[in-house]
Amino acid sequence: MGAWAIAVHGGAGVDPNLPKERQEEAKRLLTRCLNIGISALRSNLPAIDVVELVVRELETDPLFNSGRGSALTENGTVEMEASIMDGPKRRCGAVSGLTTVKNPVSLARLVMDKSPHSYLAFSGAEEFARNQGVELVDNEYFITEDNVGMLKLAKEANSILFDYRIPTIGTCGAGAAMDSPLQMNGLPISVYAPETVGCVVVDKEGRCAAATSTGGLMNKMTGRIGDSPLIGSGTYACDLCGVSCTGEGEAIIRSTLAREVAAVMEYKGLNLHEAVDYVIKNRLDEGKAGLIAVSKNGEVACGFNTTGMFRGCATEDGFMEVGVW
Amino acid sequence: MGWAIALHGGAGDIPLSLPPDRRLPREAGLRHCLDVGIAALKAHKHPLDVVELVVRELENHPHFNAGKGSVLTTSGTVEMEACIMDGKTKKCGAVSGLSTVVNAISLARKVMDKTPHIYLAFDGAEAFAREQGLETVDPSYFITPENIERLKQAQEANRVQIDYTQPIQKEVKKDDASVDGDSQIGTVGCVAVDNEGNLASATSTGGLVNKMVGRIGDTPIIGAGTYANHLCAVSATGKGEAIIRGTVARDVAAVMEFKGVSLKEAAAYVVEQVPPGNVGLVAVSSTGEVTMPFNTTGMFRACATEDGHSEIAIWDSPSK
Repeated sequence: MGAWAIAVHGGAGVDPNLPKERQEEAKRLLTRCLNIGISALRSNLPAIDVVELVVRELETDPLFNSGRGSALTENGTVEMEASIMDGPKRRCGAVSGLTTVKNPVSLARLVMDKSPHSYLAFSGAEEFARNQGVELVDNEYFITEDNVGMLKLAKEANSILFDYRIPTIGTCGAGAAMDSPLQMNGLPISVYAPETVGCVVVDKEGRCAAATSTGGLMNKMTGRIGDSPLIGSGTYACDLCGVSCTGEGEAIIRSTLAREVAAVMEYKGLNLHEAVDYVIKNRLDEGKAGLIAVSKNGEVACGFNTTGMFRGCATEDGFMEVGVW
Repeated sequence: MGWAIALHGGAGDIPLSLPPDRRLPREAGLRHCLDVGIAALKAHKHPLDVVELVVRELENHPHFNAGKGSVLTTSGTVEMEACIMDGKTKKCGAVSGLSTVVNAISLARKVMDKTPHIYLAFDGAEAFAREQGLETVDPSYFITPENIERLKQAQEANRVQIDYTQPIQKEVKKDDASVDGDSQIGTVGCVAVDNEGNLASATSTGGLVNKMVGRIGDTPIIGAGTYANHLCAVSATGKGEAIIRGTVARDVAAVMEFKGVSLKEAAAYVVEQVPPGNVGLVAVSSTGEVTMPFNTTGMFRACATEDGHSEIAIWDSPSK
């Protein structure tokens, strides 16, 4: 019947001065992950398995902010979160506050499949991980040298302390902010680690799925939960589509962004591209974010109002694209 | 136009035979909390302050599953969560995994007002509560003898049980750990609108009896258990996993906005989409409409509007 389609992202809000080399590295990783997804789809793996597989790969690579390479909390530790959703029955699983689980998205999948709940967090989630026998590592494993440096810069900029919801005056930032007036999540974009990885897939049967995983915000308070694990905000899938979001978590939560794409399709009758355009233009208020989406008909779309989003997509008819700007 | 307020103390399989000693204190609690809310609206308090105030009262009431009276986790501990949202600005705050904070809803409000984040959980949320000087107590304050008994029953039946449940017969024990059907449900919530069309929603809960440690339900999740925008404010209650999946609170607003229907129609439609026995909600619109639909046996609920209409009910809605 239908045709498959897949999209991946590695975060929205990219520093315009990001070295070319780093951009190329990101594109290579996105391409590799797309290809993993494509071959899984060609082997007829269901969409839900494909999104998990691809996000695991993104988590395991230290480049993006999830799993290994996660952003650090104000205490210099890693607290990861993830969620996954299967369109056909809207089954879902989510986890927050993980410190030792190598692949958060797989624990989210186990919450969905093996627990009576949809969402487990912190020590309870870690305990569940041990009971389920998933691979655990020391918190050190997730911490990269790059991120230790970024945390230091973020603390110097001290900018997480001021609320980005309040309009900022361009001249008040610390040194790092002066170099680059662009901000994401209250951080100068040169310090901001593009948040979050995600994958959305529709398989040949027309089943949609979505998964999102993140280390969260650089210099975040411990215990902070962002949009990634929240069903309807960072991640959503139903009969019509699958959506994964990235960007300023708080703006995404306020606009229930992922569900919004599906809701305007369902209740307003828009197609996927119209729906994605609509929510990016009308739903983000002052916020900055990006998203990837697939529909049950095999369409794929991405939208963002940030400076750039690491993204890639492919469809069964041979179309494939990997981009940053 | 005019102010309106609605509140709930949980929806679920509330038996029609609910003994008076369980029914009357809850009805009295609903009446008291409704009066507190009405007085606040008449005094021109902002709906955000009104819903916080009313939910604090509900949390303090030991007969509802929030604050004191929260149900217990599988380890016999309390883990409370709450969420608050302002309609016009869509600013919001949420907390999970609280074990010592007397009024979870007020901590959610602090997260909204005083942090760059929306949602704090577990140790980080507890630390923030101390930093903000919120009232905290020993975790034993929240634990009532009734809930210790309820946990014991649930563990004997080896299942997760939702609040207000009747003693469970051994024969209904399921191999599957998942809950469906016969359970009853907790949570408190309040929605309010003032004469200027300002809207707000707040929800607070102790979660499920015998829930896994670390379990997060629909209550703190914006768009699932709690939502407000410029059109309406919604607080949902019931089986958390079904409400999360259905993004219930957000969908009421989405159906109003994208289909152009009234609050009542939108809420009825959304409740109908959720499998029977799983959900109830209270909602008000910017024009002062109120609706309180549910597809469970009952829902502890109350509402009032400026034109003098007032209602307190548990089972089938007289306003249907």
